[in-house]
Amino acid sequence: MNLQNPKKYKLMVQQAREVALHVLRPISRKYDKAEHSYPKELDMIASLIDGMNEGGEGLNAGAVVGKRGADIQGNKNGVNMSTALGIMEMCYGDTGLLLSMPRQGLGNSAIAAVANDSQLERFKGMWAAMAITEPDCGSDSAAIRTTAIKDGTDYILNGEKIFVTSGQRADSIVVWATLDPKLGRAAIKSFVVPKGTAGMKVERLEHKLGIKASDTAAISFINCRVPAENLLGNPDIDIAKGFAGVMETFDNTRPLVAAMAVGCARASLERIKEIFKDQLDQNYATPYLQTSYLAAQIYRMEAEWEAARLLTLKAAWMADNKKPNSKEASIAKAKAGRIGNKITLKCVELAGSVGYGEDELLEKWARDSKILDIFEGTQQIQQLIIARRELGKTSSEIK
Amino acid sequence: MTKMMNKAQGLGLSLITRIAGSEVIDQFNLRKLIEKSLYQGSKAGFKSLSQSQKFFKSQLLKKQRLSPQGKNLFDLNLSEEQQMLVESMHQFAQEILYPLAARADHNETFPQELWQHAKDLGLNEYALPEALGGVADHLNIVSNILITEQLGRGDFSLATGLLSGFSAINALSRWGSEQVQARYLTAFNHPNDLKATFATQENSSAFNPFQLDTQAIFKDQQFYITGEKTLVLLGETADLLLVSADYNGQADVFVAIRDSTVSYKKCPAMGLKACETVTLKFNQTPAERLGDEDFDYSAFLDLGQLMWCALAIGTCEAVKNYCVRYANERMAFGEPISHRQSIAFIIADMAIEIEAMRMMLWNAASLAEAGEPFHREAYLAKLLCAEKSMKIGTDGVQILGGHGFTKEYPVERWYRDLRATAILYSGLHA
Repeated sequence: MNLQNPKKYKLMVQQAREVALHVLRPISRKYDKAEHSYPKELDMIASLIDGMNEGGEGLNAGAVVGKRGADIQGNKNGVNMSTALGIMEMCYGDTGLLLSMPRQGLGNSAIAAVANDSQLERFKGMWAAMAITEPDCGSDSAAIRTTAIKDGTDYILNGEKIFVTSGQRADSIVVWATLDPKLGRAAIKSFVVPKGTAGMKVERLEHKLGIKASDTAAISFINCRVPAENLLGNPDIDIAKGFAGVMETFDNTRPLVAAMAVGCARASLERIKEIFKDQLDQNYATPYLQTSYLAAQIYRMEAEWEAARLLTLKAAWMADNKKPNSKEASIAKAKAGRIGNKITLKCVELAGSVGYGEDELLEKWARDSKILDIFEGTQQIQQLIIARRELGKTSSEIK
Repeated sequence: MTKMMNKAQGLGLSLITRIAGSEVIDQFNLRKLIEKSLYQGSKAGFKSLSQSQKFFKSQLLKKQRLSPQGKNLFDLNLSEEQQMLVESMHQFAQEILYPLAARADHNETFPQELWQHAKDLGLNEYALPEALGGVADHLNIVSNILITEQLGRGDFSLATGLLSGFSAINALSRWGSEQVQARYLTAFNHPNDLKATFATQENSSAFNPFQLDTQAIFKDQQFYITGEKTLVLLGETADLLLVSADYNGQADVFVAIRDSTVSYKKCPAMGLKACETVTLKFNQTPAERLGDEDFDYSAFLDLGQLMWCALAIGTCEAVKNYCVRYANERMAFGEPISHRQSIAFIIADMAIEIEAMRMMLWNAASLAEAGEPFHREAYLAKLLCAEKSMKIGTDGVQILGGHGFTKEYPVERWYRDLRATAILYSGLHA
């Protein structure tokens, strides 16, 4: 048993830390202020990441996670683990900028998780965003109304998508749509729609509480025609398997969003420990009941943070070792989402006006962290998933 | 002399026969482990019998230190041996501990039959180093906390009582000086009923284990201990005591044999009833220093914390499992109460925090086992476990409502026992 970061990723983590501190942090406030403008500084970093990915298990920000490949013999630390570790460091730099990283979109994760081999080849190197949410359907993704109707060798998409991260900047959008709204979850499939496809239009960009560096688009599909081979995975409607196909993506992406929350919270936690360094016992030698109130608050945050970090690595480790990890992915996302938000807000409180003001980044991290308890399944959706699993109940029993 | 040897030899053989015929062993799939420990046991037993008519007669012994085990990759897999331990301890906890727990709590008495089970399980052999007839060939801190969690699923108090002797062996082999090991650790390598426990807690508010009222003095080549210790597990009957005391302004740990200078008074508490907690008063009690140059008092405390964390996690699993069953059976408004998010989300939070506590504990324990610094990790694990386990304890009673408040159901016992997690320092040792 060992829960320390694998030694083989030490260098990668160091590199990511350098990027976080020397590339992302210096432009953090700039793009928080300049919402919707493209962070061109990232192009260089993205190329660097591409290069490292070519080499195998290098730094990446989410594009290649999955549970693919041959069965695992023994213990493996692979791309899910390295990606989670890399993301923690990058979000320690800036969460909004990590989300804006070219070719590292959630759509890329979806492709990595469910695409067949020829699709993997065709979509290689493409920056793919993910479009699930609709104006009338958020967490209830089975209620998706965007339709995909087969027409010859094409599908025709109609509907409206919102909250598409990098929706304007990405090369293509992975769109969730139903082949037949009457058939529920089993009929929901994902389609890769390249930018510039007739009928797909970015309607607007959202103004947000945080992660302002990341563009969040509303996109409409009006008779948008995509070739049938852009449907990811199996085109058959398998009632028994139901949602499994598309939901598999979440088992791989939820630990990554948990990793974002862990990274973002660490920024606040480190800063607050720096601010109060004279009031803290660096060696943890003072028993909890003998510490000051301020120190006790900070130690408790650190304990919660450490727990979230380890749960995230566990979920990623399970994915690397092809162990079913739906519950653990939700546990990681639930824990990291809630404590990430709690920690960043508490740090603003402890620092007072210093934390609330824009001279520091503490208030920004407190704004950025909120989304991490919402997207890729809200706190409450994670709790539902975990509760159903623990209680042996279906989604029609615990609603 | 010859008669005595025969008797002692006979005791060992009858133990072997009884274990070999025991269905419990097969049932718990422990045969392999026990056979290994018996082999070691008999080897050392035959060798040393003639020297050991008394428990604490010193034997020549090189200082024992178990070597660390470390790894490069992140790895949550349990070894085969660990899986076997977990399975057998799990079954033992469900079939033996849990059924005894309510009565033991009510009677405030540790069930004597558990000592035989503890022997059958070979807990002491598992902790003892190979050279002393045990099976430990490396530091087994991870296995120790895995065992402890499983026993905690059966019952917090009973597991605590069972593990007090096991913990004393761990502490003696981890920290004991050559002299202390030769005198005391060897005593566990015999078919006797030697009982050991820790006297480390003091009866002060916001107790600080680094500032002890109990004093040790050194006079005529001998330490003497004076002071009072509270919440001593099974302290009425323990023969061997690991006592913390202030020596020249520093907290340190000493070993003392129970004698007439030690008096006791029952000190029943909110929970831990089955551990028959007592207050021990030491009046110029002769003692030896536990460790020498490699003793680390802070790590001594931390290795105790890991055990309390493991017990808390095991007990929280018991709470969660009980609540899952109850919430699925209990009907309200025409459906099981588990169908309500207000109940279901409490269960989800239990699952989240149990896993959170376990990862913190595993991280600290595996670092300790690898011989790495682990104080920060143990400190944070204890902090998280103290808070979350009590939350789960109180939520467990809440889910059962009025029923949970009565002694008809086990959740109120778990509630009382779990409160101990935040309070105790040492008392056990991984």
